[in-house]
Amino acid sequence: MLNIDSIQDGIVIDHIKAGTGIQIYHHAGLAELDCCVALILNARSAKYGHKDIIKIESVIDLDLDVLGYLDPDITIDIIRNGEIVEKKKLVKPKTLKNVIRCRNPRCITTVEEEIEHIFVLGENNKYRCLYCEQEPKRQKP
Amino acid sequence: MRHLIDPLDFTVEETQELLSLANRIAANPEAYQSVCAHKKLATLFYEPSTRTRLSFEAAMLNLGGSVLGFSSADSSSASKGESVADTIRVISGYADIAAMRHPKEGAPRRAAHYSSIPVINAGDGGHQHPTQTLTDLLTIYRRKGRLNHMTIGLCGDLKFGRTVHSLIKSLSRYEGIRFVLISPEELRVPDYVITEALTPNNIEYVEMTSLEDAMPQLDILYMTRVQRERFFNEEDYIRLKDTYILTGDKMALAKEDMAVLHPLPRVNEIALTVDDDPRAAYFEQAQNGVYVRMALIMTLLGLKED
Repeated sequence: MLNIDSIQDGIVIDHIKAGTGIQIYHHAGLAELDCCVALILNARSAKYGHKDIIKIESVIDLDLDVLGYLDPDITIDIIRNGEIVEKKKLVKPKTLKNVIRCRNPRCITTVEEEIEHIFVLGENNKYRCLYCEQEPKRQKP
Repeated sequence: MRHLIDPLDFTVEETQELLSLANRIAANPEAYQSVCAHKKLATLFYEPSTRTRLSFEAAMLNLGGSVLGFSSADSSSASKGESVADTIRVISGYADIAAMRHPKEGAPRRAAHYSSIPVINAGDGGHQHPTQTLTDLLTIYRRKGRLNHMTIGLCGDLKFGRTVHSLIKSLSRYEGIRFVLISPEELRVPDYVITEALTPNNIEYVEMTSLEDAMPQLDILYMTRVQRERFFNEEDYIRLKDTYILTGDKMALAKEDMAVLHPLPRVNEIALTVDDDPRAAYFEQAQNGVYVRMALIMTLLGLKED
């Protein structure tokens, strides 16, 4: 069993679906941090069999909308003085701003200057572009 | 502020109020000829659509208002690279209400976000054309006196025809509606229209390939044009364009009080001999388009009847 030290102050992103930890690491902007980040892949999980975990040695502002969109089942633990002081559950955000881009060549987003790419969660639990109402080619970036 | 961007922006009740107003206007247009005095409509047409633009302009002129605008992107500031957001903020200072036609989907929604005057979507690419839907609803309402409990046949290009999709979504909100979807296999209604509009509302529908077989059961027949520009392949277009032509022989199979609608322009999908049949409602449909746009302009400007 590989051991990674527990952190004193920071964030643990837990219960990431096995194999998607690297995607979360990039899309949550963790590659740009100057603190220590541990990316643990394929850890054993009583609940899921296997999972990925990310440990960040600093309490940073995470974009929960991005994380909730990528994987609403992951959990966020905030650690202070070696103790979990807060557990955050994620939900799929109702709207996504500039997380994914609309790829419909007929959409106004392809020509309009400085337009935000906004996707809205529909009743069928799928995202659609606010402007052209097309679903993204893939529901994940 | 209210805009009209999507055909479903108005509730069933609001739609009914609008259609009733349009009906009163149709019965006595003179009573409304000064309602919009000193008001200006901007027609912002980034692509040519003469019929729709003239319908909007006629509507505003009938109400005693005036119109200004452009009829193609070449003659607008878009040719200099101005964004829709900037254009509408400028136009908001020139006019009281705007109708926007744009080749890009979602452009009117973008404009509405930045506008300080009501924006009407006059067609955005292959996406929405809500005033056409209101025109269709008014025509059915004026012919039948109701929008519920009837069998509606939709014929032709049901795959790409945005007017068909919007009409299906709008009529699915009424009780007792049944659809007969008549098209070749290649141009059948997309699955998402069925799963999003028909199934959740428990709307009964059948898909057929023969217009002839469908005729006897219809209360309304909505014909559409098979558009050349929707095809990637000329051969497919030529093979399919004549498949669903409405002729006098087929009309003989229909109910005596059926009504034939068409968003126009037609090419050859309705034979000229059908024009004299009292069931042909497509030219009065174009007239209804003016009445419903008059009612819409009044509603969005918050103008009451005297």
